[in-house]
Amino acid sequence: MNPLVTASSRAAREQRLLEIRLEAEAASKVPLQIETRQTAPTEASAQTGYYGMPALKRPQWTVEVPLYFFVGGLSGAASLIAAVGRLSSADARLIRHSRWLAAIGGMISPALLIADLGVPSRFLNMLRVFKIQSPMSVGSWTLVAFSNSAAATALLSEFERRRPNRAVSVLTDAAQMVSALTGMILSTYTGVLVGATAIPAWNEHVSSLPIHFAASGTAAAAAILELSGNESEVLNRIALGAAAVETAMGASIELTPSPGTKALRTGGSGWAMRAAGLLSGPLPLALRLLSSKNNARKRGLRRVAAISSLAGSLLTRWAWVHAGKLSADDNSVPLQLPASGE
Amino acid sequence: MSVTAFLTDSTLCIGCKACEVACKEWNQLPSDGFDWKGFSYDNTGELGHSTWRHVKFVEGGVIPGQGGNSPDNFSWGFSSDVCKHCENAGCLEACPTGAIVRTEFGGVFIQPDVCNGCAYCVVSCPFGVVERNPAKGRALKCTFCYDRQKEGLQPACATACPTESIKFGEINQLRQSAQQRMTKLQDNGFTDVHLYDPEDSSVGGIHAFFIVRGDPKTYNLPPHPEVPTTYLRKGWISAGIAAGLMLAGTLLAFGKGNIR
Repeated sequence: MNPLVTASSRAAREQRLLEIRLEAEAASKVPLQIETRQTAPTEASAQTGYYGMPALKRPQWTVEVPLYFFVGGLSGAASLIAAVGRLSSADARLIRHSRWLAAIGGMISPALLIADLGVPSRFLNMLRVFKIQSPMSVGSWTLVAFSNSAAATALLSEFERRRPNRAVSVLTDAAQMVSALTGMILSTYTGVLVGATAIPAWNEHVSSLPIHFAASGTAAAAAILELSGNESEVLNRIALGAAAVETAMGASIELTPSPGTKALRTGGSGWAMRAAGLLSGPLPLALRLLSSKNNARKRGLRRVAAISSLAGSLLTRWAWVHAGKLSADDNSVPLQLPASGE
Repeated sequence: MSVTAFLTDSTLCIGCKACEVACKEWNQLPSDGFDWKGFSYDNTGELGHSTWRHVKFVEGGVIPGQGGNSPDNFSWGFSSDVCKHCENAGCLEACPTGAIVRTEFGGVFIQPDVCNGCAYCVVSCPFGVVERNPAKGRALKCTFCYDRQKEGLQPACATACPTESIKFGEINQLRQSAQQRMTKLQDNGFTDVHLYDPEDSSVGGIHAFFIVRGDPKTYNLPPHPEVPTTYLRKGWISAGIAAGLMLAGTLLAFGKGNIR
């Protein structure tokens, strides 16, 4: 030991060590913020997976995507109504309205899809390649073809209306044909897009989603056309058929429970799905059946049915996307864990 | 140039998180913030856009000899998770821009200058790996250190691993050494070891296999991962039926007598 070190300085150094110890003790007290998840198990095991953590990522789509499913679905169906209307002796006003509905929907749809992209300035990269195995790629190309042909149909038919011309008439029909064909893909492919994913609530319904979405789009198109003053029996029959299909879809979701589709029947997404099902299926179906028996209140009943279908269609798309988010959180399905009950 | 893979041997992992740190430093990934998760010593939680290696901490019951020197300590298992670089990769198939490609080393790579952030790969990954970064807008995941592999180097995580728990090499050789390791572990009395390499599932094998003790489900490794392209056939058949119903319904509604 160095003789120059006095007893008092040794005590001071010991004191300093104590200070460091106290300081470290104080600094090591970190406020405990445990992320609480409602049903999160506190263990990692073959029964709970890794502390109940999701085994899949949540869909990161924002509200633009269900909105796009809604707008795209109804404009595709509107184009088909216009095309079949042209084939038959439908009144010119209904055809004209259907064409413009398809054209306007065809303009809004790409805007919604671009707004949802993480890098919207790169939207044209969608057209770099065509991949048949990617429903997103098939859908992007379908949308391009639909938007252009639907806009061309509407513009050419306006030109034709003012100056009847054989050549323009042929062009209108050609554009109408393309937009009706791509419109049918547009109204249905979104079901494949959602169904062919790793999300259990979606992929377990891959065989019914396209039919559900087609009915939803058709009902919405008929509803908008009815509400814009086309009171034709044709639209009522289309809407009646769509509401019947929607009723069947709603029943099949309720009556075929499985662990993977829990999000379609429980929690917030379950109630949204149920409300959407009622608004799209049984309610408009009953109102329309009633309207054919009650002549005096026919117009009013059909308007209410149309509004109900429209709201139901929009809510249906939102509920499906929302259910996908909750389904991704549940690790028991991808990990094949013992069912947690419903 | 050969097809490469990772073998992550959790029986050698000491939970030091050097792989997480090395990955973040080499790939210049941002911090995830610091939240107490309450999952043992794991405060990272899961793989994501800013986490491409993630050490899982599994606390188990008392197994003599497995909890350090004290006989009554609980057992501790660690396993470093990573993108599986599937043989049939859901993200790659789903990508509409062609941004996600297969490299010459067999890895799955997202080209940062092509991805437009549609987020379809996020729902197409059966392992919940890919994620869109909210600030950059692009999807991000493990690159398999494509840049390092091109220079003949090992990925950053394998280089930094102090116990060689993360092994990197030619895929067939690595599968062989995985089998040898499994035999050795079993001979040494570790009868509960599992090699996670779902070759018989629709993902058709992976480029990152794992040796874990106990059930791989404990580490959130799905027993039967499915590449979502398997659902396409059913989906498009249904779309065909749906389009047919739309057409038939509309034609019927207009009335067959009215069609010209």
